[in-house]
Amino acid sequence: MSSKSFNRLRTVFAHVLLIFLSFLCLFFFYILIINATHSHAELQRGFYALPGTSFLKNFNSVANNGEFPMIRGILNSLIVSGCSAAICIYFSALTAYGLYAYDFKLKKIAFTFIMMILVMPTQVTAMGFLRLITKMGMYDSLLPLIIPSIASPAVFYFMYSYLESSLPLSLVEAARIDGAKEFRTFNQIVLPIMKPAMAVQAIFTFVGSWNNYFVPALVIQSKDKMTVPILIALLRGADYMNRDMGKIYMMILLAIVPIILVYLLLSKYIIAGVTLGGVKG
Amino acid sequence: MKKKLVSVLLAATVMTGTLVGCGGGSDAGDAAQSTDTQAASDAGSEDAGSVDAGSDAAGGDEGKVINIYSFNDELRTRITAVYSAIENTSDDGTVSTLNDGTEIHWVINPNQDGVYQDKLDEALLNQADAAADDKVDLFAAELDYIVKYTDANVDVAMPLSDLGINPDADLAEQFAFTKTVASDVNGVQRASTWQACPGVLVYRRDIAKEVFGTDDPVEIGKKTADWATMKTTAEELKAKGYYAFSCYADTFRTYANNIAGPWVEAGSTTIKVDQKIIDWVNDSKEWMDAGYFDPTVTGQWNADWFTAMSSSSKVFAFLFPAWGIDTQMVPNWDGEEGAWAVTNAPLPYNWGGTYLVAATGTDNPTHVKEIIMALTGNQDNLTKVAKEYTEFTNAQTVMDAAANGTEFNSAFLGGQNPYGYFADSLSSIKMAPLSSYDQGCVELIQNAFGDYLQGQIDYDTAKANFETAIKERYPEILEIQWP
Amino acid sequence: MQKKRKLVNYAKWGYIFILPFFVSFFIFSLIPLVDTIRYSFYEYYRSGIKEIGPNFIGMANYASLIQSDMLKYAGNTLILWLIGFIPQIVIALTLASWFVDVRMRIRCQQFFKVVIYLPNLIMASAFAMLFFTLFSKTGPVNSILMSLGVISEVIDFMRTAFGVRTLAGSMNFLMWFGNTTIMLMAAIMGISPDIFEASEIDGCNSTQRFFRITLPLIRPILAYTLITSIIGGLQMFDVPQILTNGQGNPDRTSMTLIMFLNSHLRSKNYGMAGALSVYLFIVSGILCFIVYKITNDDDPDGSKAAAKAKKKRGER
Repeated sequence: MSSKSFNRLRTVFAHVLLIFLSFLCLFFFYILIINATHSHAELQRGFYALPGTSFLKNFNSVANNGEFPMIRGILNSLIVSGCSAAICIYFSALTAYGLYAYDFKLKKIAFTFIMMILVMPTQVTAMGFLRLITKMGMYDSLLPLIIPSIASPAVFYFMYSYLESSLPLSLVEAARIDGAKEFRTFNQIVLPIMKPAMAVQAIFTFVGSWNNYFVPALVIQSKDKMTVPILIALLRGADYMNRDMGKIYMMILLAIVPIILVYLLLSKYIIAGVTLGGVKG
Repeated sequence: MKKKLVSVLLAATVMTGTLVGCGGGSDAGDAAQSTDTQAASDAGSEDAGSVDAGSDAAGGDEGKVINIYSFNDELRTRITAVYSAIENTSDDGTVSTLNDGTEIHWVINPNQDGVYQDKLDEALLNQADAAADDKVDLFAAELDYIVKYTDANVDVAMPLSDLGINPDADLAEQFAFTKTVASDVNGVQRASTWQACPGVLVYRRDIAKEVFGTDDPVEIGKKTADWATMKTTAEELKAKGYYAFSCYADTFRTYANNIAGPWVEAGSTTIKVDQKIIDWVNDSKEWMDAGYFDPTVTGQWNADWFTAMSSSSKVFAFLFPAWGIDTQMVPNWDGEEGAWAVTNAPLPYNWGGTYLVAATGTDNPTHVKEIIMALTGNQDNLTKVAKEYTEFTNAQTVMDAAANGTEFNSAFLGGQNPYGYFADSLSSIKMAPLSSYDQGCVELIQNAFGDYLQGQIDYDTAKANFETAIKERYPEILEIQWP
Repeated sequence: MQKKRKLVNYAKWGYIFILPFFVSFFIFSLIPLVDTIRYSFYEYYRSGIKEIGPNFIGMANYASLIQSDMLKYAGNTLILWLIGFIPQIVIALTLASWFVDVRMRIRCQQFFKVVIYLPNLIMASAFAMLFFTLFSKTGPVNSILMSLGVISEVIDFMRTAFGVRTLAGSMNFLMWFGNTTIMLMAAIMGISPDIFEASEIDGCNSTQRFFRITLPLIRPILAYTLITSIIGGLQMFDVPQILTNGQGNPDRTSMTLIMFLNSHLRSKNYGMAGALSVYLFIVSGILCFIVYKITNDDDPDGSKAAAKAKKKRGER
């Protein structure tokens, strides 16, 4: 009886906390939307709790502004983030599987090595990276934003941990006995098992790449290759001459829409994937 | 067996390391070499330049692409407005086509996080090796860091004379100080600007009427004549619940622009903090404590500062050059037009200015010359820019005329013509000697002492913080001298 | 024994599978990294646009960093990290265990699960802008507190060490707790329901179940969370950078190590930046090693039990 009422109390508390946290999370989106509906002059004057009337005006000034090609930027960001996420999760899973399922001489060293580079901050190698890709003729192209994500130690490590707890080696052996080739085993047996982990990391990688400003700002120069964060920085950097906060908020809002869509799409898949994995196991 | 493999791997790693090392090393060598070649090619291009200018047949040997580096679209709008050879500009603003088929490529990078200068520097360092169409031809530099580029030893900025511009004759209408700051130690002018930025004091007429009984610029000007008088005025304002200025950052330029010596002497590794800067700190502290500043404002370019320019604010005045009124005050004012007026600042000063610099090694010297002349040396164009963008342009006669006519009366200023006050301010500007460290010094000293003025840290900590920050920014600085 | 022999046959596949990773890493990270380390022994920076050096100066960069305020910035980084991380991991663990606990009967689960990750979608810079608006002296937070009578005078959050640190910490918390929750949830979901059922039959209460079963079983992922969070913490940059305009105001109390590194990079001081990177590298390496050891080898029933359980299921 008492444990029942305790449980009940706990459930109530859980809901209160969840509602509070959700409120915090959504609050920022609310402000963003509100701010995007106000004109620059209104925004300079202070804060508003209710929407204004300048939504269309701000939207048009972003959509029709050829100098900040928003659509193009969103497309570029989609390409970069999509490709990065795809190759990142595939190759990380491949590497994790390679190190988990096979026994070879350099295994231990390779693993330690990856764990070592896991701790390397991006900023550390940024300047050398820039020099290198300039020499390779990849300056001002989207490739250097995509290809390096093949080697993502953190994603690898996540995949590896996941394999450790979810993939019985006997399954692999069974497949071999059935005569499956190694790549087929990986693609048809291992990958499906890793779906939840891959969905989770796909979202994280996608978001990380979508919001990355540091590397693209170093690498990209031409306007038609710019990603969304650079465009926003450029718009904000448009200095005192024609700063328009309403427009900036609108741009940030527009930049978030595609990523929310991707997230909502994948999040369904994650939850389904997680449940699926659970049931199957 | 295992050990062997490990050692092979190790060896391989070391090898890669060495290889990379070598690559890097020769790179540095290259860089050193390229400076030489660049210097050599300079001599070449100088000749070429003068030949071009002489033959005047235009464009024959010129490159097909003019690359113009800038930090926002201000420069592009100005050049597009005055350079008649431009036929059209692409929708995204990245390419303009000239009537002879040459293209201008606008390379715009934000100032944020130093991206603009990073990219420009990288491009300038690779200038000698770059393909003709990739070379930087013209770039924008702000007054705070112009010296970095006009340095004669660095030689990335082409002397105007090498382009075929005679500064004494062709740019005779420019204000003397704008030519001085654009010249290297040998007095060779290497940059040119279309704007002069003398600062004035912009005040609210309604507050003036309420506190002083008049909003006449002449009368108010007497109350803002110098800092001592200004203090009395601030006291009167405070008695009625108003603030003289929004914050200490607003007054900084009037002091910093009147320092006696440069922050760093050429070739020196010592920063000399001028007494004027210390005066700013002390005066600001006094004013802060006395309540003459709006306590909600803690710096420029933020929401609180912009709010202080609106009708709900209790701030009496701002210190701005012409561009400040047009681009900051007008968009942030939400009341009736004509609420503001202009009068003299306690100390005349200059704030900002964008300079055009021709990059050494440009393959389009003729076009570059045309552009510089069109924007900074053509009196009709300078009149046009002054009218269209309410700028105080770099043309003495034009500005004199503007001050005396009614053409430049401003509705925002209640029909007042501010050009007289700009001209007065300008005539008494004693331009502070510049150094290539100005940008960092100005930014970091305000930041370090901001904490002190806000009462967060004591004076000595602020000094120490400035020393730390400036040495981080400029590793070659070894010593900081305080007055 | 037999199993082992079998695996050896497939060794070359191991190499093939990890090849792309290492090739990409060697090209895009190792070459720049070696560059970085090499320059840490040189005096190499830019003065204006003149390059000074590189001149070999041995360990001088390392020595002068030790004498600088580096340790103070390390302390700042630690404080900022703790402010964000402690609530983050506590909340994430709690939420994750609630979400998977059928007896909690959380309503609108889908909704909550989706919403908590949303803040991570906003760019840090945009997020900082919003924080600015909210917490500025004329912002809504101050006016609400004032009208509620909580404070009598406006608080300038950006001007006190406490304010800036709390704001930066809360931003980090808000941006990342959803991320951690999702990861932990995926990990807990990976645990066989049989184990929970068995524990229920044995009369475990939810607290016991959490500490005795869930925690040990998600050890690998927990270690992952800890390690990535430590690295994320050490690399904390954009939030305090934007919040304080790169200065770590006030009095450099919110200057983190990477902001310090960034200020060297801004002055193109490759020598100092290189030495600082090496320090960072060593410190994070040691920290992660410790975490890895504690979470992976210490307790035998943790991962092994999980592996066993999995294996059993797999065989079935």
